[in-house]
Amino acid sequence: MIRKLTLSALAALSLSAGSALAAGAVAHTEDFSFSFEGPFGKFDQMQLQRGLKIYTEVCSACHGMKFVPIRTLADPGGPELPADQVRAYAKELAAVTLPDGEERPREPSDHFPPSSLSNAPDLSLMAKARAGFHGPYGLGINQFFRGIGGPEHIASILTGYTGEEKEEAGSTFYENHAFPGGWIAMAPPLTDGAVEFDDGHANSVHHMAQDVAAFLMWAAEPKMMARKQAGFTAVIFLSVLSVLLYLTNKRLWAGIKGKKHA
Amino acid sequence: MAGIPHDHYEPKTGIEKWLHKRLPIVGLAYDTLMIPTPKNLNWMWVWGIVLTFCLALQIITGIVLVMHYTPHVSLAFASVEHIMRDVNGGHMIRYLHANGASLFFVAVYLHIFRGLYYGSYKAPREVTWIIGMLIYLAMMATAFMGYVLPWGQMSFWGATVITGLFGAIPGVGPSIQEWLLGGPAVDNATLNRFFSLHYLLPFVIAALVAVHIWAFHTTGNNNPTGVDVRRTSKAEAEKDTVPFWPYYVIKDLFALGVILIVFFAIVGFMPNYLGHPDNYLEANPLSTPAHIVPEWYFLPFYAILRAFTGDVWVVQLVQFVTFGIVDAKFFGVLAMFGAIAVLALTPWLDTSSVRSGKYRPMFKWWFWLLAVDFMVLMWVGAMPAEGLYTWISLIAATYWFVYFLVILPLLGLIEKPLPQPATIEEDFKSHYGQPAE
Repeated sequence: MIRKLTLSALAALSLSAGSALAAGAVAHTEDFSFSFEGPFGKFDQMQLQRGLKIYTEVCSACHGMKFVPIRTLADPGGPELPADQVRAYAKELAAVTLPDGEERPREPSDHFPPSSLSNAPDLSLMAKARAGFHGPYGLGINQFFRGIGGPEHIASILTGYTGEEKEEAGSTFYENHAFPGGWIAMAPPLTDGAVEFDDGHANSVHHMAQDVAAFLMWAAEPKMMARKQAGFTAVIFLSVLSVLLYLTNKRLWAGIKGKKHA
Repeated sequence: MAGIPHDHYEPKTGIEKWLHKRLPIVGLAYDTLMIPTPKNLNWMWVWGIVLTFCLALQIITGIVLVMHYTPHVSLAFASVEHIMRDVNGGHMIRYLHANGASLFFVAVYLHIFRGLYYGSYKAPREVTWIIGMLIYLAMMATAFMGYVLPWGQMSFWGATVITGLFGAIPGVGPSIQEWLLGGPAVDNATLNRFFSLHYLLPFVIAALVAVHIWAFHTTGNNNPTGVDVRRTSKAEAEKDTVPFWPYYVIKDLFALGVILIVFFAIVGFMPNYLGHPDNYLEANPLSTPAHIVPEWYFLPFYAILRAFTGDVWVVQLVQFVTFGIVDAKFFGVLAMFGAIAVLALTPWLDTSSVRSGKYRPMFKWWFWLLAVDFMVLMWVGAMPAEGLYTWISLIAATYWFVYFLVILPLLGLIEKPLPQPATIEEDFKSHYGQPAE
């Protein structure tokens, strides 16, 4: 069994990589515009809160987020729920089963529950585990401005259903433009107006797909805002330092170099 | 060899004299820092400092990561997420460490190609070159094992594929593979030994770096002209050199500053650019990723590994004459390690008496073709091995060997070199004239 796996990996190394790429090329990722793209991009706190609501009411029926601590919902740079709301939210989630089989209510210090459906992937890191963009020319450099396309992939899946379905080996598959291979086991999870927002925000499938994708980006990269800030601080300080070192270096070498020939 | 003549450390105060008699450590630091360095070094000579910085960065961030990481198959992935989410500044430390590996390899490749162009490998610097190659090998081993530690899908399957290469060795291969893995497949034993070695090897690298520096401080730095510093008198040596401090320390720090601006922009704004999305999925031995690709810095050699398939006549010939012992798979493995071996043997493959490529009109073209070849191999290594790509990788891989095994030995015999400057001072003056008084 294990040797077979090793062999299949070696085969994948030399042969099958191409066909997989070809199959993936069929999937279409729509380039949604998110507020957090590019070095200056920030999470939209209201959008993250809407996304949390969609996640809770729809996605969490099958999917989990076992790596995300519930308390981080209150952290700066995220949905920033007030502490009492986080506590109330944690209580609503599935109880924690203790080693002795007893159950206790979930606390903010616990993580989100894992997936309840065995073949529903955990969504903690989904927005980083899928790349929607590879350009230009496969170099991927445009992710500097657009991100790697993970949230776009998620939103594209949610809006990519054609309405066609088929039965195969006792399971139903749904046609989806954004899914590699074109057929996905997940039934269309969103319908227009499925989740109501207190502020009456638009709740078409298109809107909700983006909101929940943004939320999952936060779930995958909760420190994004802190990271970008650190990036700016480092770039600015290093720029100043480099200018000073440049001038020092020029002055230092002037005595050695003299005038440069034309 | 006594080194380039220069003033040595003289203890002045009482305490300095006391210490110097017992442990001449200040003298060692002084002589290392004040070493006469050719004054015509160009910007391609900054990578040594960048590499030293990378090693320090990786060791420091790595030691902090180890404080929070758990090397166990069922806990490793979660512990990395714990670092990303719960540890103060953990996300920055991890991204610095992951991208630091890439900066390390960018710098080492530029450093190696600098050496190839300016003939830094030639006598009397062969030992420096060989130690450098050992450092490079240790870096590759360290990077590979480090990539396994997060225990993502690419970690697991990369480890499976790469250790599988050793399994291709005829006869003893499977035993070696099992010995490396600590069992029949990549599992907890593998993760633990990779973790242990990933912690150990950087310190081996640090020791090798010290020897690398010792070696070229003995021979003196090479320089863009390849002409030696005059050693007949201190006065003449001083005309060819400047002390490392402050001239090159400041110059190198400036270069490092500029490079770090780019580095921190990547860490801050696109930290996953050089990673693979699949590594954010926890390792699953039952699900093979559609596309197993190594990290970018292994791609050129990965391309060479895949280039020699069973339908290439050389492979078939070798298979025939070895009675099938060297099959296509093992040939690929030999080619990959051979590609690094010929690089290490460059000092003895290059027959030219001229050191710097600047004065070698034919060599220049072949060298730049090799540089392009390296980039092509890197690109094609990320492409699927099918159709036109197989031809491109075969041609590119062949050129790699032809350059080292045919072109370098022949060029020395047929090439007519250009006149070289008599001294470094002469070359320097032709660029900069007389110093302003």
